[in-house]
Amino acid sequence: MDVSLTLVIIMAVLFAAGVYAMMERSLTRVLIGFLLLGNATNLLLLIVMGVPGKAPFFGEDGALSDPLPQALTLTAIVITFAVSAFLLALIYRSWQLGQADTVEDDEDDVALRERTDAEDEIIEDESTPGEEEATTDFLETETSPITVLNMRDYAYIRDDAPVDVPDGASTGSANHAEGERDEEDRP
Amino acid sequence: MSALVPLVVMLPLLGAAITLIYGRNPRLQMLVTAGTLASVSVIAAILLATVDGSGKPLAVSVGGWPVPFGIVLYVDRLAALMVLVSSIVLLAVLLFSIGQGAADGVEETPISIFNPTYLILAAGIFDAFIAGDLFNLYVGFEILLVASYVLITLGSTESRIRTGAVYIVVSLVSSILFLAAIAMIYGAVGTVNMAQIAERVAQLPPQTQLVLHLMLVIAFGIKAAIFPVSFWLPDSYPTAPAPVTAVFAGLLTKVGVYALIRTETQLFASSDINTLLLIVALATMVVGVLGAVAQAELKRILSFTLVSHVGYMIFGLAIATEAAIGATVYYIVHHIVVQTTLFLAVGLIERKAGSTSILRVSGLMKAAPLLAVLYFVPAINLGGLPPFSGFIGKIALFEAAAQVGTPLMIVLIMGGILTSLLTLYALMRAWNLAFWREGDDFSEIEGRVGYLGKAPAADVQQETRRIPAIMTVATAGMVAVTVSLTVFAGPLYALCDRIGAGLLQPVSLVQIDQEAG
Repeated sequence: MDVSLTLVIIMAVLFAAGVYAMMERSLTRVLIGFLLLGNATNLLLLIVMGVPGKAPFFGEDGALSDPLPQALTLTAIVITFAVSAFLLALIYRSWQLGQADTVEDDEDDVALRERTDAEDEIIEDESTPGEEEATTDFLETETSPITVLNMRDYAYIRDDAPVDVPDGASTGSANHAEGERDEEDRP
Repeated sequence: MSALVPLVVMLPLLGAAITLIYGRNPRLQMLVTAGTLASVSVIAAILLATVDGSGKPLAVSVGGWPVPFGIVLYVDRLAALMVLVSSIVLLAVLLFSIGQGAADGVEETPISIFNPTYLILAAGIFDAFIAGDLFNLYVGFEILLVASYVLITLGSTESRIRTGAVYIVVSLVSSILFLAAIAMIYGAVGTVNMAQIAERVAQLPPQTQLVLHLMLVIAFGIKAAIFPVSFWLPDSYPTAPAPVTAVFAGLLTKVGVYALIRTETQLFASSDINTLLLIVALATMVVGVLGAVAQAELKRILSFTLVSHVGYMIFGLAIATEAAIGATVYYIVHHIVVQTTLFLAVGLIERKAGSTSILRVSGLMKAAPLLAVLYFVPAINLGGLPPFSGFIGKIALFEAAAQVGTPLMIVLIMGGILTSLLTLYALMRAWNLAFWREGDDFSEIEGRVGYLGKAPAADVQQETRRIPAIMTVATAGMVAVTVSLTVFAGPLYALCDRIGAGLLQPVSLVQIDQEAG
């Protein structure tokens, strides 16, 4: 099977860039990484199709391209699209709640770190940037690209997303309840 | 009979559409959802009876395309059994969530999106079980994953968004890996039909086989939560609403295990990574259960035991004899039912006591004797005490391993017994503290188990809530199902043995073609 080297190189670069972006704490960058990875995988599907530039179904024998990977790619694009839409909603909600769209630590890791800290004060919080020798690029970088406002400073910018209630239930009280719950969740 | 096969996926999707349209009519939504799941379980029972009676799998080519080109739905004994068990579990959990929704209003389960999403999740699970082609399996996975993203962030509170983000990102990575694996398999063998892949893969060079095989195993391994890639599960499941956690714990990891079974026994039967799988299984069992021992919160304890017990299934799969595969299937059925029941029971404890931390809850034995029974029976079942199904499943696995008898097998049997005892320890410690301890007795907490005080969520205390009768009934029904796995262990185990024997005989494309034609 002949494949186009250009496509292979583009795919490899997309995969590398996608994996790199997905390592970030910021959910927005994770989304960008996911989009790059999705496109890289779609390219991989096109590469296994064979020589690019030929039409499926139409033409002489041997000059046809395989239609199946194109169908698979279309399906994959639709799925990537739907998941990206969901991720965007998640990022927006995360920002609304004042988390500045970052992926937070595992609760167990936090508990373990606290336990170790109590025993040994010298061990520093691993997420403090710039304190130790940086073993990865990410320690030194500030990655919260959309902290335009710090939500915690503006008490009136609260969650006012509409609450999903069936007919009959009072919307106002549900909103109120949600507000209260958020208050409790806040550390 | 084969006309019934597509209905397994179509009915839930149709139900989802109807419940979405009637989003403002909760009663109709519940009726439609319950009716859909009940009819799927009836269909699954008919399919299982047909397939098991004739001994031949059913195959349907969707849209009438000839077999290697079109999408094939493929139902053998294993697929029919999995659809049956999961539809029963989904129905019981639905009843539980109806009770919860009726008691709490819309906060925990916003009804207008809960029901459609739940049905779409069901459709994805069923589609993955009856997929006869690898890309359709991928689509089934995506349907269930997207629905699970919505369910795990339900209500979008701060803690659920936090844990949901982790779950979603991990799932995305595994999906991308799976899709890339499909692309590479297509590049290597030129088909996505599972039977045809199995025929052609054997002709590939062993190294190519190994690469393709490992890519699939890693992708499915993330979904099944096996050891090196299981870290996401205990952090993301506990924060979701109780019914959602129950259904995720019971079914989602098992879909991953099911895909692994198909990969190992059918797709890549010629490529042997059993030693690797045995080591991974040992690590999954032991590391998972050690995590459970260090936790104070019941949902987290159960999430860790969930990881650890997936290890048993991988263990059985890696032994790769007929008896072992049969035992694995029995263990999967047992574990789906028991793990879901335990999560439902913990959901009841949370309402009754206002907390799921075993340091906070006490005196439940007196306060709620029925609840005590509903927790105790599945707990000793999961821990593997005779005569329950957990014991039958484990003893069958160990027996199959002992028949092979290599030193590694002996090590794994030891690991399995250790895991079983530690599971029992973790669950019985919870029993002692939450149920048997008097309300004002703090000597244990300050003494021997004091180290648990620093575990996550050990101090969470919320208001207590009323338990509606329907939630108790749903949980009691599930406990009855767990007990019936023991009572009907004979016929069920015989069926699992036939599944084990059937899975190790490759299905040819010609056979599927005849069935579908």
